[in-house]
Amino acid sequence: MIELINVAKTYKSAAGDFTAIRNINLTIEDGDVFGIIGLSGAGKSTLVRCINLLEVPTEGEVIFDGQSMTKLSKKELLTARQKIGMIFQGFNLLSQRTALGNILYPLEIAGMPKAKATKRAMELLDLVGLADKAKSYPSQLSGGQKQRVAIARALATDPKVLLCDEATSALDPTTTVQILDLLAEINRKLGVTIVVITHEMRVVEKICNRVAVIDSSEIVEEGPVSEVFKHPKTAIARKLIMPQSGEGIESVLGSRCIRITFNGSETEEPMVSNMTLACRAAVNIVFANTRTLDGKAHGQMVLQLPEDDSAQARVLDYLRMRNISFTEEVETK
Amino acid sequence: MTWEQIFPLLGQGVIDTLVVTLVSTLIAYLIGAPIGVILYGTAKGSLFPNKPVNAVLGVIVNVLRSIPFIILLVLTQPVAKAIVGTKLGNQAFIVYLVIAAAPFVARMIESSLREVDGGVIEAAQAMGSSNMQIILKVLIPEAKPSLLVGSAIAVTTILGYTPMTYLVSGGGLGQLAIQYGLYRSQEEIMYLSSLLLIVLVQIMQETISAVAKRTDKRIRN
Repeated sequence: MIELINVAKTYKSAAGDFTAIRNINLTIEDGDVFGIIGLSGAGKSTLVRCINLLEVPTEGEVIFDGQSMTKLSKKELLTARQKIGMIFQGFNLLSQRTALGNILYPLEIAGMPKAKATKRAMELLDLVGLADKAKSYPSQLSGGQKQRVAIARALATDPKVLLCDEATSALDPTTTVQILDLLAEINRKLGVTIVVITHEMRVVEKICNRVAVIDSSEIVEEGPVSEVFKHPKTAIARKLIMPQSGEGIESVLGSRCIRITFNGSETEEPMVSNMTLACRAAVNIVFANTRTLDGKAHGQMVLQLPEDDSAQARVLDYLRMRNISFTEEVETK
Repeated sequence: MTWEQIFPLLGQGVIDTLVVTLVSTLIAYLIGAPIGVILYGTAKGSLFPNKPVNAVLGVIVNVLRSIPFIILLVLTQPVAKAIVGTKLGNQAFIVYLVIAAAPFVARMIESSLREVDGGVIEAAQAMGSSNMQIILKVLIPEAKPSLLVGSAIAVTTILGYTPMTYLVSGGGLGQLAIQYGLYRSQEEIMYLSSLLLIVLVQIMQETISAVAKRTDKRIRN
């Protein structure tokens, strides 16, 4: 379990103080895949570095595995860090070492005998699907392969937590999905708690069970992914979930509107057409932003309901019957 | 002078030049390398930031580097006297060369280490590496190609100073070129000595560059 209590980080400089994060209170349970989402500059990278103390918080406490990280001695901190793996946007592999050599590095630091370390490193290469690339140098690997090596390296010392700092942001969509699948598998198989820092909702959607939204140095929303995704409370959460939403609805306010959220339902069926036919009621699509990921629909749609009360009821019943979640759209901002 | 006399003279010149160059380079690295690492590590935002140490070392290095070699040679004669017991000869000259080259080596090593990607160092820190482990297992191996290129520059620059052994009655190719070419008008020795100096520089430069290139794993092969 990771607990951040009132954590803040302020950088002092001649030009004035800069607060990267403040009032951060978070609890990440064992086995969680915890997403921290925010726009660039929101403070998410600083936040994740406060967990392994790459950034020392100026206020508050970080508790990992029952011990207060901020109170550890220098040596204890180095040992504690071996239990917190980390991967990065830029992979950060040692360019002069092979894939195998990179995975051996943390084991050398931990003082594992060479033979045992090599065996362990080969197992890890196998786990990330790169057993045949042991002797390749990073320059000979693709981005996705480099991140796989980085993941294997981060897992070498059997960490309880894996911190992922924009780990898929430098990868193409297909590779991103593969890396996320691997992370999910690691979480499932090895029980490693994963903390994911990202600016992309699709990453959170795909693998996280909980999410915190960070905006202007503070956490503004936190909860189970399905909850935050379906009912974003803050404007920033809405913006992150559906980057183009919230525009053009003003003109139809006054009539009753509902916001439908697709969170992984099947897309085979033309939902809106079927509904209008079944309910014999016309609806106006005020706004829609949906996309299909792995055959599942994700996104949101705002529908203007018919004036007639009974037609409205039929539409709402139809949605309930189909288990499609919706919320009353009262205001947009 | 006959060729039978000239060849041994040039042979001894090559040996003297090589010994002075290589011994000076070696000692300059033994002294300069740790200073380079400290300059890197004590810099702001680096591994073990320490403003006073960084500033003092920086000033010493800059002062020594800004004094022209020929003046440094005169100024540091007591140092040579104290270390090797004489102000003259190749041994004393090595002392002068080391004093001139070590600060240069330190700056070059510092700059090679700075080229190492900060993300890689951060990753090593995240894995629980101590500063010493980062220096030995991350910084130096990662900077190796650049360090090698730097050593080629250092060794050829040091070789470029060796003719000044002439000023302290030392020997070497440069001394031969000056003595025979300038003062005795035996130009064939001057030209041959100069040619040999050029060949030596070429060999050193090319050998080290080739090793740097061949061992750099960032290059796909």
